[in-house]
Amino acid sequence: MTVQQTIVAGGNTRNAYDVEAIRADFPILSTQMHGKPLVFLDSGASAQKPQAVLDAMNEIYTGLYANVHRGVYYLSQEATARYEATREKLAGFINAPTPESIVFGRSATELVNLVAQSWGRANLKAGDEVIVTAMEHHANIVPWQLLAKQIGIVVKVAPIDDDGNFLPDAFEALLNDRTKLVAVTHVSNVLGTVVPVKWVAEQAHARGVPVLIDGCQGVTHMPVDVQDIDCDFYVIAGHKLYGPTGIGAMYGRPSILADMPPWQGGGDMIATVSFEEETTFQAPPLRFEAGTPPFVEAIGLGAAIDYISAIGMERIAAYEHGVTEYARERLGAVKGVRLIGNPTERSSIVSFVMDEAHAHDVGTILDRSGIAVRVGHHCAMPLMDRFGLAATARASFGLYNTSAEVDTLADALRQVSELFGG
Amino acid sequence: MIDEGLRELYQEVILDHGKNPRNHRHPEDANAHANGTNPLCGDRLTVFLKLGPDGRIEDAAFQGRGCAISQASASLMTEIVRGRTEAEADALFDKFHRLCTDDDYVPAPDDVDEEAMERLQVLSGVRAFPTRVKCATLAWHTLNAALHGSKEVSTE
Repeated sequence: MTVQQTIVAGGNTRNAYDVEAIRADFPILSTQMHGKPLVFLDSGASAQKPQAVLDAMNEIYTGLYANVHRGVYYLSQEATARYEATREKLAGFINAPTPESIVFGRSATELVNLVAQSWGRANLKAGDEVIVTAMEHHANIVPWQLLAKQIGIVVKVAPIDDDGNFLPDAFEALLNDRTKLVAVTHVSNVLGTVVPVKWVAEQAHARGVPVLIDGCQGVTHMPVDVQDIDCDFYVIAGHKLYGPTGIGAMYGRPSILADMPPWQGGGDMIATVSFEEETTFQAPPLRFEAGTPPFVEAIGLGAAIDYISAIGMERIAAYEHGVTEYARERLGAVKGVRLIGNPTERSSIVSFVMDEAHAHDVGTILDRSGIAVRVGHHCAMPLMDRFGLAATARASFGLYNTSAEVDTLADALRQVSELFGG
Repeated sequence: MIDEGLRELYQEVILDHGKNPRNHRHPEDANAHANGTNPLCGDRLTVFLKLGPDGRIEDAAFQGRGCAISQASASLMTEIVRGRTEAEADALFDKFHRLCTDDDYVPAPDDVDEEAMERLQVLSGVRAFPTRVKCATLAWHTLNAALHGSKEVSTE
């Protein structure tokens, strides 16, 4: 992979890189679908993997595989070292204060559930309020609804405007003495809205309220500094960050993690186990990592972080911004296409509907042109209701997408419009 | 760019019924109904039936939004099941389901439902699009629920 300053891509020369060289690192991007070159515009659901990630995992499975922790032989020690090295890489990547403040899990969803069930059950009681926004993914709604059923907390929803903007005044108005947690997305997975999470954390902390950020669509598209944001939890999905499936990670403020009880019990999370005396637990993060962890996946995620760090998140953010803005312009100009949301602060996602064709039909027709977009409710049904929609089509961009791919999408949408509007 | 498979899926009849669904209404004298959802895409529809004293479907209608395939299927279904008994509707559902999923399925030439199956043939294009089969069968699953007394059905 080479990084060049000179090649224009995405309409922004200052931070551009050689996107073709990047694309060559992702084997799947040179494949064909239905006889057409694959145009992959669904990185918001899950990103493709660079060869470096596949190699890192393959290296473990073919020559260095053994279970982590407590092994006194070479293979186990090496696997453990590489697993723990990923914790350090991730801590560095989001500027967490220590590697121990990074907890691994099987998914971002699992880690939100961990906070709800461990921190939530230990710290919340009936009548306490958790504030989310109207544009959360189900993964940051349902864990709180489950907790509401279990112990009687109340979920409050910070509204958005018709453009999909986060509304600071409305959010502030929800904060009160009963508010005990703010759990908000960093970036909407449907609208691309960037929530001012640092400001949110300031407001919440001024009232002594901790803040969880669903960073699945944030950390993938912009530099993230959890100490600068000053959040208490920041949740990440490995597979959206060009890593493998089956690995999620979370930053937790060390002082909060220290007091959190275990959630899942099993091996690895204990200090001593006894039938006669009280079983004791590890310090964080191992306390929250019961069972054999997805360590090969974690090591793959480490390789992904190395890969994107070499390009630089600032540069990726600037590049993707160019592609996204170009897409908004091109898609918005196609007859019969209506973009959903027009937030002022936005990231690499564009949702749209067509006057004549349902999103599902759009998705099927685009597929035949080799174009992969996601259609449906995007695991954000309340947000769909907010806009009076059952489904949208969504193009989401990764560091490897190009303006030419946006053109292909726009051309295909014109075909859809002709077929249905004709 | 619009290839043969797509032309097969989106035939004129489908586009027409999808755009102008027949019986898209809520009959005041309906005496059975059920709600159907396709969690995959969020489509929801309600099928309303007026069942006569002899159990025949005297009227069938539906409301709800969805893709062209699901709207066209619901529209055609409400036209086709009218005047049929519960057992006849069940038999049609079975044949329609096979039409949508089984590549080798050909209705018998002397089939009592030959005319209905001919009309439903336009939906057989979904066979080449496995993710869309549920769009075509949602209305029928919902009809089935309405006929057999359940109020909710989901294709997942």
